[in-house]
Formats: sequence, structure tokens, C-alpha cells
Amino acid sequence: MKYMLLIHQGTTPTPLDPEAWATLSEDERQEIYAAYRSINETPGVTPGNGLQPPETATTVRVKDGKTVTTDGPFVETKEALNGYLVYEASDLDAAIELAARIPAARLGGAIEVRPIMEW
Amino acid sequence: MVAILEQIFREEWGRVVAALIGFLGDFDLAEEAAQEAFAIATERWRRDGYPENPRAWLVTTARNRAIDRIRREQTLVTKTGLLQAQAATEDTMHATTFPDERLELIFTCCHPALDIDARIALTLRTLGGLSTDEIARAFLVSEPTMAQRLVRAKRKIKAAGIPFRVPPDHLLPERLDAVLGVIYLIFNEGYGGRGDLAAEALWLGRALVTLMPEKPEALGLLAMMLLHDSRRDARFRDGELVLLAEQDRSRWDHAQIAEGRTTLDRALALGGRGPYVVQAAIAALHTDEQRDLLQIAALYGELAGLTHSPVVELNRAVALAEADGPAAGLRIIDGLDLDGYRYLHSTRGELLRRLGRIDEARDAYRRALGIVHDDAERRLLEKRLAELDTDDGSGRALTGSYRIELSTISVIST
Repeated sequence: MKYMLLIHQGTTPTPLDPEAWATLSEDERQEIYAAYRSINETPGVTPGNGLQPPETATTVRVKDGKTVTTDGPFVETKEALNGYLVYEASDLDAAIELAARIPAARLGGAIEVRPIMEW
Repeated sequence: MVAILEQIFREEWGRVVAALIGFLGDFDLAEEAAQEAFAIATERWRRDGYPENPRAWLVTTARNRAIDRIRREQTLVTKTGLLQAQAATEDTMHATTFPDERLELIFTCCHPALDIDARIALTLRTLGGLSTDEIARAFLVSEPTMAQRLVRAKRKIKAAGIPFRVPPDHLLPERLDAVLGVIYLIFNEGYGGRGDLAAEALWLGRALVTLMPEKPEALGLLAMMLLHDSRRDARFRDGELVLLAEQDRSRWDHAQIAEGRTTLDRALALGGRGPYVVQAAIAALHTDEQRDLLQIAALYGELAGLTHSPVVELNRAVALAEADGPAAGLRIIDGLDLDGYRYLHSTRGELLRRLGRIDEARDAYRRALGIVHDDAERRLLEKRLAELDTDDGSGRALTGSYRIELSTISVIST
């Protein structure tokens, strides 16, 4: 089965927020980088792209044939998607285990595991 | 005949469904086929007598029905990946040729990726063989609501790839906890007065212990349920709750108490000292002729260390108050952060009354009344409140104590 792991950073310190990022020790920062490297190298994982912060998002709707744009993400900023990866795994247990290794899961964010539609 | 048939169905339903899911890889198909097979059995066994091996007969019949259905609905085959099933031959299976897959089934039904209500419903449906309507009535929801809950759960198992297996060792402790939690919650619902659910939980607990005889916590849960359930007939008198200390012991089920103690001993012999084992030990002490309240308090202390639950601390306070006097209990209670918990206030009220602090006791009982939602409990609290004006201050059981053990567990398992 293929799963998409949707990474929500929540209140996780990331390099995109230098002030929050600075609250982590050098060791903690290296650990986060190492965790992402190891996840991306896990067999079955297709790394996704990291996304720029939700503040840079533009949400597009079409009403009566007219394109309407609003500033910001579709969901609340703190709930917005920050990254993703695709994982081909035997079952949900394997996907949950991988999700639990993503640093955001323990640092104030959460990972949503979604099976990818198969036709 | 009907009683024997029911007995067979009761015993075999879970095993038949589990075997079919293992074979077909599909909950709905397995359930429908099992239902058909049981319906055919009802008719045929009455007419022709019992087959030599009812279980093998049921599984074979159900499997053949499922294969028929798959052939009829060819389009379904491509969608559900049941090609192997189609290739299977329709010979008669022997009892030894299909494994007992109830353990796979219970771990799947209790998978933590499912909503807790769905886990409970699915376990009762697929393992326990309760009808959707029976489960709906037990949980006070409409039948369509319960049916929808079951459909969603089964859909998620399939779509999200929840595996049908006993979890590997590194996941087993956590997943076993989830299974125990579901069985316990079913029991807890039953303890609130719906006896059929308590019986169902006991049945599941026994099945689990048969399947995993070396797991102390599974034994602990079963022991605890047996010990609490043994007092069921004595817990109510004319529809009113009777506190443990005031129960008629001749109405306790002493054979079941003995079974509970033996089960607890097995758990202890296996080195068990987890939350369920400790709670079973507490429940066992509560059935002693002379309750050793200091030891009960000590075990609650141990349990609090395992669970970090303030409700467990409250129970420790209750035991300590009975053993060492109300002031000792009150000291613990006043340090607890449990403001929304009715038993905190009812217990406080009782301890304050014993200390002669009547005005404070009245306030505490009123706070408990403000958040109680069970009618029998409400009546008991109102009675206590009325008694404050006339009371002679003689000792009596603490109002909080009749659900002592239960409230602790519900915190652990939710």
C-alpha cells in the first residue's frame, strides 16, 4: 500500500523561524537533520518537497467564474501542511512507525497518515 | 435443541468469522457468509441432527457461500483482491486445517487507529456475535448510528491497510494494552447495570486468556472482572446502590471469587505487577471478610505510581480514611486536581461530615450533586445531604467508595 505522510509542524521549531530554531541546542538540531535524512533514505520512501511557511500561501477559489484569491492557507495557519512524503509499506502499522520517527511528531506537530487512492 | 444451537453459535461465531476473514481478507464478506452459514445450520441441524464437527461444517459452508457470492459478483473480485479465494476448492475442511485466528481478529478490531467506540462495537460484533441492534441498545444509540459506525470502521480497516495479524513483538505490549482497554470498557458499561455487557466482557476476557495464557495483564484483567462481577447481585437492592461495606455477602458469587483469585495467582506467578494485576489484587482484598484497608491503600499507592492518575490517589485517600481516620484521607484529597469529578466532592463531603465540619460537608455534597448524572447516585447524594441536619455522626461507608475500583480503571483505559 502507498501512504502519504502529511507533516504538520504545529509549534515545532524549524529553521524557517530562526528565533524558535535558536531555542534548540546544536545537538538537537543535528538530531532533527539526521532523523529526516534517515527517513528519506528508508526503503519505500519517496521524499516530498518541503513547503515554505503557510504565511506565504495563497488560497484560490472560483466563484461565478471569477477567480477569488485570499491570503493565507485554506486551513488555519497553525494547522497548515508544511511538508509530505510518500511511503510504500506493507500496512498501516509500518506507516505509523515511520510517522513516529518524523521529528515534528514529538516536537509540537503531528503527522497525518493517508492511504493513497489506488485505481 | 434451540438452547444447544445458541450455545454452539455463541461459542463458534468468533472463530468462524475470524477464519473467514483470514481466508477472504474481507470483513463484510466474512460476516455475511458466516450469517448465511448459521442460518442454514439452524434449519438443517434441526432436521438432520448435528454434524460431527459443527465448527468445520460452519466454516466450510460459509466459505463455499462466500465463493459462490464472489463468482456471482465477478466485478467485486477485481476490486477486493479475492482471486485466491476463487481458486480454492470446495472440499470439506477438517477442523485441523484452519487455524484459530481469533487473536488476529481481536488485534485488528482493537487497532488504535480506529476510534475507541468503533473498536468496542466491532469487537462485540465480530468476536462476540452481538447483532448491530443489540450493540446499539447497549450503548444507547440508534441502530442506524451503530450500523454506520461499524461500516466506517470496516471501511477504514480495508482502505487504510490495518493488518489482520498478531502484532510483532516490538508492538505487542502497546497493542495488548489497547485490547485490554476495549474489553475493560465493555465491562465498565456492564458494571453500570447492563449485566449482559459484563458477561460479554468476561467471555472476551476468558477467550483472550485462553489465546494468550502467559500474559499477566490479560490474566489480571480477567481476575479483576471476575472479582467485581461476583458482587453484582449484591450491588443493588430494590434498584438502589448498595455500598460494598453494606452488601449482603451471601449474595456474592463465591465460586466466581475463587476463580478470580486463582486467575490472579496465575498472573502473580508469572511475575505480573502491571495496572490490571494490581487492581485485581485490590479487588481480591475487597472481598476479604476483614478488609485490610492499609494494604489496599498501599496497593492504590503502587497503582498511582504506575498510572499517575489522580483518581487512583482519590481511592487511596478513601482507603486511608477508613484505616487511619478522615483527616488522613482529606489531606490527600485536598491536594488533588479533580474538580470536575463527582466522587471527589462526595468523598470530601463524607470526610468533612465525619470531622464535624457540617457546613463544608454540605457545600461538597452540593457540588457533587451539580455534576452527577446517574439517578441512583443522585438519590444517594440527596439522602446524604438531608442526613447532615439530623446526623449523629456515626461511621458508615464512604459514598465515594462503591465505585472505587472502577473509576480507577476507566482512567487507565481511556
